Amino acid sequence: MAEQHLKGIGAAEGIAIGPAFYYQPVDLVIPDRLPQSSLVEWSRFEAARDQAQAELAELKALVEARADAESAEIFEAHSLMASDPALAEAVEARIKKGQIVEAAVQESSDEMAAALAAMDDEYFAARAIDVHDVGRRMLRILLDAPDTSMDALLEPSIIVAHDLSPSDTASLDPDKTLGFCTAAGGLTSHTAILARTLGLPAVVGLGSEAVSRIAAGTRLVLDGSTGAVVLNPTARTETSYREQGRALQERQAAMEERAREKAVTADGTPVEVGANVGDLKSMQEAVEFGAEGVGLLRTEFLYLHDTEPPAEEKQVGIYRAIFEAAAGRPVIVRTLDIGGDKPPSYIPFDTELNPFLGWRAIRICLADEALFKTQLRAILRAADGHNVLIMYPMIISVEELRAANGVLAEARQELKKEKLAFNGDVPVGIMVETPAAALVADALAAHCDFFSIGTNDLTQYTLAVDRTNERVASLYQPLHPGVLRLIKLTIDASHRQGIWTGMCGELAGMPQAIPILLGLGLDEFSMVARAIPEAKWLLRRLSVEQAQAIAEAALELGTAAEVEAYMAGVLADLRQ
Amino acid sequence: MPSIELTVKHAVGLHARPASQFVKLAASYPCDIQVRNLSTGSDPVNAKSILSVLTLGVNSNHKIGVTATGDQADEALAAITDLVESNFGE
Repeated sequence: MAEQHLKGIGAAEGIAIGPAFYYQPVDLVIPDRLPQSSLVEWSRFEAARDQAQAELAELKALVEARADAESAEIFEAHSLMASDPALAEAVEARIKKGQIVEAAVQESSDEMAAALAAMDDEYFAARAIDVHDVGRRMLRILLDAPDTSMDALLEPSIIVAHDLSPSDTASLDPDKTLGFCTAAGGLTSHTAILARTLGLPAVVGLGSEAVSRIAAGTRLVLDGSTGAVVLNPTARTETSYREQGRALQERQAAMEERAREKAVTADGTPVEVGANVGDLKSMQEAVEFGAEGVGLLRTEFLYLHDTEPPAEEKQVGIYRAIFEAAAGRPVIVRTLDIGGDKPPSYIPFDTELNPFLGWRAIRICLADEALFKTQLRAILRAADGHNVLIMYPMIISVEELRAANGVLAEARQELKKEKLAFNGDVPVGIMVETPAAALVADALAAHCDFFSIGTNDLTQYTLAVDRTNERVASLYQPLHPGVLRLIKLTIDASHRQGIWTGMCGELAGMPQAIPILLGLGLDEFSMVARAIPEAKWLLRRLSVEQAQAIAEAALELGTAAEVEAYMAGVLADLRQ
Repeated sequence: MPSIELTVKHAVGLHARPASQFVKLAASYPCDIQVRNLSTGSDPVNAKSILSVLTLGVNSNHKIGVTATGDQADEALAAITDLVESNFGE
């Protein structure tokens, strides 16, 4: 087979070499057909059951050979479920009532899965997903659709797909994934973000035609920096890429070695680089990767997994553990940021046409003062003796900020009266994540101590694009000049009013954006922990003056594509 | 109708590997075997069905009742007793 070259967008740096694993989520549609005799339908069920058993036995043997006894056990259970007499009875009853076998299998397995899912004991309820998998396997066999699910991924491979959704990647085994390569997507697609989080190379936006030329099992070389994909590489090509990969690893090792040192620009200006943290575990990871602080501590995890809001004492304990792990580093705690897209059971939500424009974040907190004040009291108490800051999400007006500060003042007074220990000197900031906040930043700055720009929401609200909607996801462009200009407005306003501005959106950790942000005068960068070593490396290579020239040039461009192309050139120069 | 009562000591209860072993052993006998969770007062279910056995929610230290009817009923119950009392071979 001749060597072939494809070109996409390099979305996560690194070189991957290995076989292609073609992942295509198959849409299993129940056919619209009349039932044959129940004897014929039943014999098709028996044949599908036999084949499912054979497939599962093979999977189990393969996994056992890999000495992964725990996974092998799961396939053993799947095999028992496929041959389960209760399932067979349910299918038989439906067939006798005149259903076709495909519908009978789907409904019966759904019914069994629902019975398990309804169990009080989570441990047992979790098995519903296995029943669902087994039902899907039988249905796939009945429909004669190809087996391309992730559990067929047995050797380390490069995942090739049209695009990957969050649910596709949930089942992904990171140990067997060398990299990603997708037809769709851009720098901010789910695949790209996932790849950067896992530290795996990725090429996105190859186009459907190009991806269709990659057959399953084809040997691939993938270069996540340039976006190059090579099919059937010659020995010479492979060697050359292997060397590049080694050089890159050395560079990354060098970056990691200096990750714990402070970031100081080439002309001696110190820049604060922190991490976004969602729980105690990610706090520990942040310290490991060299975070000098936490630019965003999400608190939603406290609220989403329970049937009632977390009590004050419980919150104090959890915050305190995180503040202690931060070991003196500043931690910015964002107050509750939830909405109708992911509602906890104890907050009543109406069905909303537009949850992102609806009942969420500070709007809920200002309406439910008890919920809000409990959290503020817990943060203030846990902050005693620690370096902690508070910020409110989704502020659009001075009135909201004043109201929130009012509740905070009450919380302080109560604690004082109750003679409970707390930190009386906690600075207060807001997330600038709506165009409105950016545009009235001057007025807001008079009522707070700092800003933190949330670029994910700012991009979504500025461009009116929901990036989880696949049909418009490609319009989600954080490097859109409109977004960059709002960032500039915010930073400039804060400096005029004598306060500082940080950033905790994905943009803050994107190499394509860091030179621009430094040039615009951003005071603090907060990002996913893994991005810190490279961000610091980049900041060390830039002088403020050089970054200002880059920012000025970038902000004069008219489209996101022009900004991306310009920044690709800047990065290539910096990396040389 | 031969029947026995057993206490499941295994840490995970009748779940994961113990559940699979239990069902496979039951399925290897020709007789009809029913099992119920005495600790929760459940109805009896087919011991050869993993899906049914899982819905019993048998946790560690739960008591189960097993009955068998038909060929080799006594042998089946003896084998199940061995399995549960040997703590599923662990």
